[in-house]
Amino acid sequence: MGDVAIRVENLSKAYKIAATKYRHDTLRDQLMDGVRSLLRPRASRRASRETFHALRDVSFEVKRGEVVGIVGQNGAGKSTLLKILSRITEPSSGRAEIYGRVGSLLEVGTGFDSELTGLENIYLSGAILGMRKAEIDRKLDEIIAFSEVAKFIDTPVKRYSSGMYVRLAFAVAAHLEPEILIVDEVLAVGDAAFQRKCLGKMGDVAQAGRTVLFVSHNMAAITRLCTWGLWLDKGYLRDFGATDDVVAKYFSAGVQALGELTFRDRLPAAPSSEYVRLLGLRVRSHRGEVTASLDARSPFDVEIEYEILRPATSLRVGFRITAHDGTVLFSSTDSDGGGETDRIPGTYVSRCTIPGPFLNFGQYFLSVGSDTPMIQSHFLLERALAFNVEQTGGIGGHISDGRQGVLRPVLPWTVQRLA
Amino acid sequence: MRELIENPSPAPTRRALPRDVGPVDSSTNGSPTSVIEASRGLASLDLAAIWQRRELLYFLVWRDVKVRYKQTAIGAAWAVLSPLLTVVIFAVVFGGLARIPSDGLPYIVFAFAGFLPWTYFAQAFGRAAGSLVGNAHLITKVYFPRLMIPLAAVTTPAVDFCLSLLPLFGLMLWYRVAPTWALLALPGFLLLAATIALGMALWLAPINVRYRDVNHTVPFLVQAWMYCSPVVYPLSLVPESWRVVYSLNPMVGVIEGFRWALLGTAAPDATAIALSVAVGLAVLISGLVFFRRMERAFADVI
Repeated sequence: MGDVAIRVENLSKAYKIAATKYRHDTLRDQLMDGVRSLLRPRASRRASRETFHALRDVSFEVKRGEVVGIVGQNGAGKSTLLKILSRITEPSSGRAEIYGRVGSLLEVGTGFDSELTGLENIYLSGAILGMRKAEIDRKLDEIIAFSEVAKFIDTPVKRYSSGMYVRLAFAVAAHLEPEILIVDEVLAVGDAAFQRKCLGKMGDVAQAGRTVLFVSHNMAAITRLCTWGLWLDKGYLRDFGATDDVVAKYFSAGVQALGELTFRDRLPAAPSSEYVRLLGLRVRSHRGEVTASLDARSPFDVEIEYEILRPATSLRVGFRITAHDGTVLFSSTDSDGGGETDRIPGTYVSRCTIPGPFLNFGQYFLSVGSDTPMIQSHFLLERALAFNVEQTGGIGGHISDGRQGVLRPVLPWTVQRLA
Repeated sequence: MRELIENPSPAPTRRALPRDVGPVDSSTNGSPTSVIEASRGLASLDLAAIWQRRELLYFLVWRDVKVRYKQTAIGAAWAVLSPLLTVVIFAVVFGGLARIPSDGLPYIVFAFAGFLPWTYFAQAFGRAAGSLVGNAHLITKVYFPRLMIPLAAVTTPAVDFCLSLLPLFGLMLWYRVAPTWALLALPGFLLLAATIALGMALWLAPINVRYRDVNHTVPFLVQAWMYCSPVVYPLSLVPESWRVVYSLNPMVGVIEGFRWALLGTAAPDATAIALSVAVGLAVLISGLVFFRRMERAFADVI
């Protein structure tokens, strides 16, 4: 009984990707390419293949019972790492030592067959994920209860709604009891209530002393469940440490810290629909300057600049503010202003004033979007901008620091001597 | 009350860093359950891992059998009907019109006894050759010994095979062809057919992962192969001098063996059986080596 669960040393994975011109999809292509390469110098053949490094020289160690959250952009190598540790694919170099039985959930419903009934799929999927039949027999009632689809357990899953399908699939997966659990983005599915249930179940797994590796874009889930955060960036291990630190660094590195994001000079990249195009997003302090650093005591403005491309009815733009751990604080749209929401073509700015003191010290993210309620979502740009709410002196001179929570409003109090 | 307002001092539950790997004292750990590395050279067969997951083999076969006859009105009766109908056509065309000899047996019984192992082989080989691509969703998402996929694919048609013995026994009863003790050798010949099918598939399934051309080639290959095997005609039709070369086709021994085991005809040519076993084993062993070599790239290429 040692206390290391996973030890990864200098793990790398390179994929050879053929340039589109030289795809080797059929034997004929391969033969043609062989003939071609006989006629041409070696160098030109080399050039037709590129190497893509999904993971570069990654080393880390996870102790037994630790829950590690893996964060990173798409294509950073998160899934590759999980696939190597699950033995689905081999590394190009380096090694990993695994101490204990591994169970991996890289998708919801691995091994499900749509023709089979729910009950049959519990057995099939369970067996594929690594459970023994006796184990499934024993947990069957529990799995069915967790899935909340007991009534339809003898119905082929192809007749299930997607929600039911996900519930059943996760119920099977959640009852897998490996010593090391590897989980990819599977929690991104299902309704909010079921997600909470799944998070709870994952929490139980961690409580039970099992080691968990968990990839998610849901930072709130990562910070809640994980003791450690591991940040992958373009295949490199960027940081590995306490979850809050890693998540905060990850967030601040990935987004604009200038207080302004503009698309005026790169219109083709602007989020848009046929009705509206985003031109820019700004945070402006109470003194009118565009900045990412705001005074906690003072109000500030969020400005969204956009262009209406064709006459639009009931169109609104708005934003959402999230804390560094991904918790949504609130969202707001310009339809709250009560003005006219029918717009003719032209450029517009929608401005919202956020009062101060209101937000606590810390880092926040602005997401921006536009929609026609119930009809169409025009664009949504997640975490478009980051800003800091800074501590610039006490509030009212009484308490200088250390209020809990993401908000720090100054509320009316009365103090009355009773006796 | 103070904690309500103020932040508690840094969360005590978090353990201190340092997290760098450095030289770690591994003496406390014992040996790892598994080591993941880039593999070189020949991989071991690791039959123990397959044995450990034998229940999965059962479930994969069970899935394929179940799914095959879901939403059909007569279900598994198709396993009985389809070979019977094919053999009736054979009997009309080859036995009735072309008057192909059948070693003194009623042609339909003769053809059926040859067509049964052939059907099994064709299904096993065809399914197994496409099995990796057909299970791509599993290969890219979960690990288990990859060999189980073609292994399950050659096992599934054995269920149909057992069912299709029923109409044969019916025909034998009708034409008063009595089975002999040789019937006991039947499982051995079935195993031989499975060996050949698996061996061939272990070569073609990995190639199929990279080049889907295999999907298009296999049906043609199977059809051509059937006419190179004594399914619709007897071995005696092949000129004596060509018999040995002809018997390099391992299915010759299997089909001759089946006729002998089922119908009690003259004992099959020992050379044909020996060649069949030798070629079958050679294909299986080389196939295993090839499969293990290709296996490591399946998830990346598929």
